[in-house]
Amino acid sequence: MAVDGSLVGRAFPPTRPYRVTDEKVREFAAATGVGWESGDPVPATFPIVLAFDAMNAFLDDVQVELSRIVHGEQKFSYARPIAPGDVLVATLSVASLRQIGGNDIIGTVSEITDESGAVVCTTSATLVHRAAEVA
Amino acid sequence: MALEAGAELAPKTYPVTRASLVRYAGASGDFNPIHWSDRIATAVGLPGVIAHGMFTMALVARAVSEWTDGAEVVDFGAKFTNPVLVPDDDEGTSVTISGTVKSVEDGLATIALTVLSGDQKVLGMPKVSVRV
Repeated sequence: MAVDGSLVGRAFPPTRPYRVTDEKVREFAAATGVGWESGDPVPATFPIVLAFDAMNAFLDDVQVELSRIVHGEQKFSYARPIAPGDVLVATLSVASLRQIGGNDIIGTVSEITDESGAVVCTTSATLVHRAAEVA
Repeated sequence: MALEAGAELAPKTYPVTRASLVRYAGASGDFNPIHWSDRIATAVGLPGVIAHGMFTMALVARAVSEWTDGAEVVDFGAKFTNPVLVPDDDEGTSVTISGTVKSVEDGLATIALTVLSGDQKVLGMPKVSVRV
């Protein structure tokens, strides 16, 4: 089932506020083999924790199964480093939608903002929604 | 390591096993079953369980942090051009990340990367800019 083209330009509600903690950052770093100590820089891809949460809500909304999604591209642009203590939300909008070979190619942009509303990181993702095989 | 234009950054190789994927799923919140279930991965047309693209990117970020002694990342992006297939055995697979400093200007070093699993490039145009 193709994703509805009228989604382009639509912004989804912000995710629940997420408090960045030492423990969560340590767990994330450890998953990539890095021993993280309080005060070390937060791993660069950590904002995906928020962006993924926003993407899940988006996929639920458009009734797309996560297992049919393959990641095509990801970009991060950071206004400032994330630090433990930050309380962040991600707001996802659909930037583009096209179809190639029966697959939907969905371009999303998630803005990650802090409690003051300032943008901390902007991250864009290309999601490939794989078509079901024709039996 | 001094970041000067043209500098080659020593390749880093990191293991990727099924256990790595389970751990990364838990830490990141990405529970897409194509990263842990062969049954579901093959049902959607993949050859088998593949690594999260974001896990590969996280390993690239680790390499960059090791090369630059934790420099602040300002921009980071990649396309996921080939999946990293992770067999269900004790060894799994690995990814190898190498980099070349393309430019150092206006306080930013831009590094072009090559990311391989086996002899196959798995990321397209991976690039990172760090503050120097």
